[in-house]
Amino acid sequence: MRPDLSRIADVLAGDAQADRVVPPTGFTAWLTLFSAAAMAFLAVFALALSLATGRLADRWAGELAHSATVRISAPAGQLAAQTEAALKVLRTTEGVKSARALTDAEQRALLEPWFGPDLPVETLPIPRLVEVVETDEGFDAEGLRLRLAAEAPGAVLDDHTRWRRPLARAAARLRFLGWLSLGLIGGAMAAMITLAANAALAANSQVIGVLRLVGARDDYIARAFVRRFTLRALGGAAVGAGLGALAVLMLPEAQRAGTFLTGLGFRGWHWLWVLAVPVLAGLVAYAATRMAAFKRLREMP
Amino acid sequence: MIELDDVAYSYGGGELLSEIKLDLQPGSFHFLTGPSGAGKTTLLKLCYGALVPTSGHARLFGKELRGMVRDDIAVARRRIGVVHQDCQFLDHLTVTENIALPLTVSGRDLLAESANLKELTQWVGLSNRADAKPPELSGGERQRAALARAVIMSPDVILADEPTGNVDWEMSQRLMRLLIELNRMGKTVMIATHDLALIRAAKSHVQARVLRISNRRLQLAGADL
Repeated sequence: MRPDLSRIADVLAGDAQADRVVPPTGFTAWLTLFSAAAMAFLAVFALALSLATGRLADRWAGELAHSATVRISAPAGQLAAQTEAALKVLRTTEGVKSARALTDAEQRALLEPWFGPDLPVETLPIPRLVEVVETDEGFDAEGLRLRLAAEAPGAVLDDHTRWRRPLARAAARLRFLGWLSLGLIGGAMAAMITLAANAALAANSQVIGVLRLVGARDDYIARAFVRRFTLRALGGAAVGAGLGALAVLMLPEAQRAGTFLTGLGFRGWHWLWVLAVPVLAGLVAYAATRMAAFKRLREMP
Repeated sequence: MIELDDVAYSYGGGELLSEIKLDLQPGSFHFLTGPSGAGKTTLLKLCYGALVPTSGHARLFGKELRGMVRDDIAVARRRIGVVHQDCQFLDHLTVTENIALPLTVSGRDLLAESANLKELTQWVGLSNRADAKPPELSGGERQRAALARAVIMSPDVILADEPTGNVDWEMSQRLMRLLIELNRMGKTVMIATHDLALIRAAKSHVQARVLRISNRRLQLAGADL
């Protein structure tokens, strides 16, 4: 069903006299308000999850793409020579922008989370790591591996593809699940509002009979119900989205825990999505109540 | 205005009305009588499009009822004022709001109609009950409020189903006087009632046709009425 904006505007503008013709119904009012608020709260989290996984996927892709590592494992006496040989190969490889061996301090920092500070890396048989930055075109990994095997037999090229792919796939799947959750939340809200609207229409069948008796068109009767449910859903969803946003704001900042995690939350203009949640809830309520009302009115004698 | 031509109506496998011929001419006054369960209410409902004939033709203001969509029927009902025995009010609204309901649903500006509304409330003698809720009204007051609601749109036809069923003789006479007054203003009136005394009393004030439903068919009543 395509929402007609002028109709929606009419519904929101309302008619004080028309609003009075349908009696207030406490049970359906609370059901709509509560379900809209709860669904909007969940929607904010699903949205935050989708956006965070999106950022995570981009970050992983950004951090791991265009970079590779060469690990050189060799007896202590040959390590420096093999490192130099590997660097020479790398500097003359097409598609390699830069290559440099990590210093002891940098290697110590990498191992610090596992072994703590003050690790005597100089005395341990730890492989030397060479950081390789690719050009946009990238290099031929297989060709490079063959050349390294010939010049520096202890060098192993890791172009990150092996673990970048599953990470990217996991992030994409999480993002999809987030959007799917949003869809399901919208569907569940539509179902609950439809139920509430049907209950209200059934409870007011006598009112509808009187309105028809005095010449009310079905559109007029439907509008009285649609306006009520749309505004209730809008109000409930605004409260739910507000609480959801507050809860997201109060989440601990994951950035501090590690550079790979971006944290569940909104960044920059993504906060505008929170404002869209009540509006979308209102649209869902409008469409669901309108369909329910017209179906019910058609079925009534 | 309203025409039933060889109309039959069946419900639940049984025929309630058969071979009905009725033509409500402008300004005419009809009584519809018959025993309880004879089909008076059903016939009235056919007249205002709440029921569609099983066979035959019903025409509202020249339009075939069977070809009318719901919106057409809604518009036609604004030209037909209906008074029910049980009145059918919206209990959460005041008497004035109930009387104004046809204006409200047709999108008229109530402020512009306020003088008309006040005059009508006064005409049916409910000025002092304007802000009361329907459950607070007596039977006679309810019927008068229902009559006021039926005529607020200045309809061409007024159909009343046992309007005096729940009121005493004095009140029923008062209601009849209002209906006769409306007929004198040019409105077509049809009243369904099983109260023959009421019909006899009214006939001295208005030239009315008395129709009787007997054995599912509509007949002109005898000279005793």
